Amino acid sequence: MQDLAWTLSLVLMAVVAAVFLWVVAGAATPGGDAAAIGRSSFLWRARLFWLVIVAGVVISFATLWEWPIAGHATAAGKPDAVIRAVGHQWRWELDRDTVQVGQLVEFQITATDVNHGFAIYQDKTTMVAQAQAMPGYVNKLQVRFTQPGDYEVLCLEYCGLAHHVMRAVIKVRAGS
Amino acid sequence: MNAATMSSASSADTPSAKLAFQLFVAIGIAVFLLMMIAGALFRATQAAFVPIPANFAYELMTLHGAGMVGVSGLAGAAVMWYFLRRYVALSTGMFFAMLALSLVGVVMILAAIGIGRFAGAWTFLYPLPAKSMGVWGPHAAAAFVGGLVFIGVGFLLFYLDCALAILRRYGSFWKALGLDQLFGSGPLDTSLPPTVVASTMVVIINVLGILAGAVVLVMSLVNIYVPGVTFDALLMKNLIFFFGHVFINATIYMAVLGVYEIVPRYSGRPYLINRPFLASWAAVTLIVMAVYPHHLLMDYVMPTWMAVTGQVLSYLSGIPILLVTAYGALVNIHRSGLKWDLPLRLILFSLFGWAAGVIPAIIDGVIRVNLVMHNTQWVPGHFHFYLLLGLVPMLLGSLLYACTRGQWKETALDRASFWTFGVAGAVFCFAFLVAGWQGVPRRFAVHDGAWLSFAQIGTLAATLVLVAAVVLGVRLLARLPRASLSA
Repeated sequence: MQDLAWTLSLVLMAVVAAVFLWVVAGAATPGGDAAAIGRSSFLWRARLFWLVIVAGVVISFATLWEWPIAGHATAAGKPDAVIRAVGHQWRWELDRDTVQVGQLVEFQITATDVNHGFAIYQDKTTMVAQAQAMPGYVNKLQVRFTQPGDYEVLCLEYCGLAHHVMRAVIKVRAGS
Repeated sequence: MNAATMSSASSADTPSAKLAFQLFVAIGIAVFLLMMIAGALFRATQAAFVPIPANFAYELMTLHGAGMVGVSGLAGAAVMWYFLRRYVALSTGMFFAMLALSLVGVVMILAAIGIGRFAGAWTFLYPLPAKSMGVWGPHAAAAFVGGLVFIGVGFLLFYLDCALAILRRYGSFWKALGLDQLFGSGPLDTSLPPTVVASTMVVIINVLGILAGAVVLVMSLVNIYVPGVTFDALLMKNLIFFFGHVFINATIYMAVLGVYEIVPRYSGRPYLINRPFLASWAAVTLIVMAVYPHHLLMDYVMPTWMAVTGQVLSYLSGIPILLVTAYGALVNIHRSGLKWDLPLRLILFSLFGWAAGVIPAIIDGVIRVNLVMHNTQWVPGHFHFYLLLGLVPMLLGSLLYACTRGQWKETALDRASFWTFGVAGAVFCFAFLVAGWQGVPRRFAVHDGAWLSFAQIGTLAATLVLVAAVVLGVRLLARLPRASLSA
């Protein structure tokens, strides 16, 4: 997902840059018929507008038809394991920290003091999923770990001076 | 009333009006540069280039955020006042009042951080200001929150003055937004200035945004001094993000007046309202307020329809920016035979910065993406793109134009500064975006080893940006005595 977001952003930003460069390169050239340019650009804009609208409808359905947050709202699967995760300044309190590969794990995430962010990392540069940890509320996040290993939990909502050292580990072990 | 009479009365170069404008610009430049230094130092801490302890680093982070949002608002308001007063009668006194109240607020915020050691981030996310684990006390938190209140009151006075002036001239916001024409039939009366349409939108959204901010700031103050009185954390979060999102977006919507007013003076082609323009501005008036749930997509307790709204409206909000403002400006200059100079280069570059910068923002607004990119450095990546490479050059170009009466003598230093700012700025922003792609969290004073290289590249680029910004800022300051309110 992150790779897709990055690639798509790069491509679209490059397209915007190319359009700007093309217009900017020719702006000092005189002789453009303002009325003709106006008419043609209006036509092109109308086409682009409808393209963007149609693409938007498709993208919205494609990304929302199946609700993106597993375990939230409707159609949540029955979890195989439940981990209650409570954020404190500045530590995570987990009622268990070991689960098996392939299990549907439901994290019930809350906090006792300020907003925290519960973010699960497969390694230092790969986030698996996240949810906010809020005082007075419980966010449910379901994750099915497909690979064994030690998954680090980072706090992803600034919560004060030790925000960056507020860590935990979820151990995912091969099933018996 | 005769528009020409009105405009000549309002936009006259009276000594007090000129002084007000010069003060805004001078203070704006000074604060921007200082806030850039604060930000660069925070980035340098992340890069492990400087041995700044975490507590001081988070103070710098808080100062940078609050200072940049505040000064962006002030500079944007200066551009808005500069152009809007040509069409409606604005009060120089209220303009001064905004500056004075904002300065009181700034002093309070500086004291909160510098003396009180407040480090709650500019978002002051409840109940963090009151819960520092002993790092800062209630007075420090109250000084910060109270400082924001003073700034908010100053802005409200300015916007109320603008609102009254617009209503006196056009009769209603409906007419000032051109909605009577948009929903009417027949040809448009193109004498309605784009500046008035955009200013009306800003007045509406920012009055509402600031009022919401006032409510949550006062609630925060109560909680700070009476800890037994607590509030629903989700309600507070909604209020804070509505306020913050609207306020920072309003800074760009104020700055863009410079595009509508200045670009035509170079191209020789007028920039007039048309139906897509009016429809766009009407749409963003509503979208900018309704889209704020895109900051709350990882709060699963929010109603599902609000999360969906956040995603869909994030996507739609790209249309006015890309297909009306950016597109319209490009069409205006296409093969127009214009002559390039620094103010124009900055303005066109800023449109690219804004147009390109919204793309990673819209993509992050997709819930599936937000799940793995929220609160990573993808977030500062996208907002620095359209603020540092969008808002800042837009303001700088507009303010430079105001001080040059179109007679800019280009130097090699101008060209070098522009290109350095642009290229180094882009590298700086891409360092954030790449880091976010790789999951690096935002708002960490200390980075793990695997993340250091992104911060280090970002810091080196930030240093170059700072140098270029100082040169450009000094160039503007040097020409400030020659500022004209009718350029």
